Amino acid sequence: MRSVSLFMGLTMTLAVAAGLWAAPPARAEEAQAQTQAVCDVPESLLQSESALPKVADIIKGGRPLDILVIGSRSSSIGASEDFAYPARLQAALREQLPSAMAVNVSVELQARKSADEVVKDLPALLAAKRPALVIWQTGTVDAMRSVDPDDFRGAVDDGIAAMRSAGADVVLMNLQYSPRTETMISVPPYLDNMRAVAQEHDVPLFDRFAIMRQWNDNGDFDLFNSSHGIELAKRVHDCIGRALSKFVIGAAHPAPQQQN
Amino acid sequence: MRETAAIAAAPAIARPAAAERELRLDLFRGLALWLIFIDHLPTSLLTWFTLRNYGFSDATEIFIFISGYTAAFVYGRAMRDAGVVVATARILRRVWQIYVAHVFLFTIFLAEISYVATSFENPLYSEEMGIMDFLKQPDVTIVQAMLLRFRPVNMDVLPLYIVLMLFLPLILWLMRWKADLTLALSVALYAVTWEYDLYLSAYPNGVWAFNPFAWQLLFVFGAWCSLGGAKRMAKVLASPVTLWICIAYLFASFCVTMTWYFPQLGHVVPRRIEQWMYPIDKTDLDVLRFAHFLALAAVTVRFLRNDWPGLSSPWLRPLILCGQHSLEIFCLGVFLAFAGHFILAEVSGGPALHALISLTGILIMWGMAALISWYKHAADKDAKKGKPGNADLAGGG
Repeated sequence: MRSVSLFMGLTMTLAVAAGLWAAPPARAEEAQAQTQAVCDVPESLLQSESALPKVADIIKGGRPLDILVIGSRSSSIGASEDFAYPARLQAALREQLPSAMAVNVSVELQARKSADEVVKDLPALLAAKRPALVIWQTGTVDAMRSVDPDDFRGAVDDGIAAMRSAGADVVLMNLQYSPRTETMISVPPYLDNMRAVAQEHDVPLFDRFAIMRQWNDNGDFDLFNSSHGIELAKRVHDCIGRALSKFVIGAAHPAPQQQN
Repeated sequence: MRETAAIAAAPAIARPAAAERELRLDLFRGLALWLIFIDHLPTSLLTWFTLRNYGFSDATEIFIFISGYTAAFVYGRAMRDAGVVVATARILRRVWQIYVAHVFLFTIFLAEISYVATSFENPLYSEEMGIMDFLKQPDVTIVQAMLLRFRPVNMDVLPLYIVLMLFLPLILWLMRWKADLTLALSVALYAVTWEYDLYLSAYPNGVWAFNPFAWQLLFVFGAWCSLGGAKRMAKVLASPVTLWICIAYLFASFCVTMTWYFPQLGHVVPRRIEQWMYPIDKTDLDVLRFAHFLALAAVTVRFLRNDWPGLSSPWLRPLILCGQHSLEIFCLGVFLAFAGHFILAEVSGGPALHALISLTGILIMWGMAALISWYKHAADKDAKKGKPGNADLAGGG
């Protein structure tokens, strides 16, 4: 009985803590934010223990930064390429990095391809683009096809190895938070495996799922609603692009070592 | 009204089985059903009350273990009293009931999906909407669903239960011969599953979300406990060493779980342990999950005695009632989770609505459990003539 009440006590404390944690930030932004949606991301989701040494070197030397985004259809919004997050990432990076630096983000959409199928095409893709950084958005197709999570993990493993041996830094990006399809697509095994592989290879993982869920919970975006036009998608992608730029710059400029 | 009727009727009926009835089993199975329901809904404040946030294992483990325990208890007795053939026949009838329940749930799921597919258009999720493509070939999908190979999310527990129950006659027969050997075989099968990657394939591809080759371990372990194993373990369970190991393990897993929700705490867990530990596999019932369940069970059994007076308190009555009709309430829970999703999708509401839906769902589950009790004991006059205790103890039906 003692243990039960202790458990309940812990639960209550945590529930309250979670409530506070998830409370929308009471911050009044200037009117500048009119075009840009308010979409704060907690620092912890923008930091990574893993680093991007190549990108760090390039930024230090002020050389041109070539980034390749490899992703499925959730890396695009229909035909409006300029509004999808890769283009927004490019814009945000150009804003934040020294203006003399050339930043180029290109996209290779691999629609309807599982991680395993993407890995088969990697050598050709990497040889053609020679990027310093590959942002690999994956998991969605595998989750929709319920590919065996172990196979998925193996494929991501191989993919990272291939990207690294082609001389690129890697950032992994996981699935979108999609509340409407939660009853139809089982997402957790793929999130877990991506987290595990990222840790294993010391690769920064951009947790798109957690970030979008945070926005939904905070009321920044109503991702549940069915009747949105293209506008919502544009705003979400803009926010993802900007968050991703902070994430990449953060991982390339690691903060002073944390004390253990 | 209904509840009072059921409660008033309950003591009269509980009497024949009262001596044997383990109310703790009903209590925790009821709890597992509520938690499974909450876990199936989109995350809300109530989600923070569910087990999976505080350790490796979750309500599924409890549900399967208790199902194994009660099934072995009821049908084990039948096998002793009426023989192998009769007991097998009764188990197969039960399997059929679970199968029908599964197909019924699939029909409801199909209705929900078809509606969402025609009403949802959001360019942000055009990729995820591809999941509806299976509606384009209902001929294949529906047949595959009936073969238990096509299972939508949240509908994985019943197929697992069906397969486990299908093998129950064999398990019981072996157990009556040599219980410990049966458990050893089960552990061996579990080990072989991990070593050689045994699985059941699913449609259109992938594998069963709960691998029966691995999850049978919990079921057989439950059966083993019920057929005398628990008594033999009593000494081990009573030892303070066991208790402290369990508490230490539960605490460690609690800390690890916290790092998932508060990434700031990430440095608490040494990297090498992280690399060894992840991913904690639910499909194949990771050893860490199984151990977590064992620890949880050991601590619970120690502090929550069978003669604890609270078990007969009216406050725990709803949980116990739900646990006593687990098949019906489980199905209802899956249905309510679909319905909850549906409402949340149609009416954009905040966290308050989320919590309200969860609470309403639980109230409905309680009401239904009370109603079923009433039907069994008051409305069905035949039930009184026959032996009411048995199937009821195995979780309804």
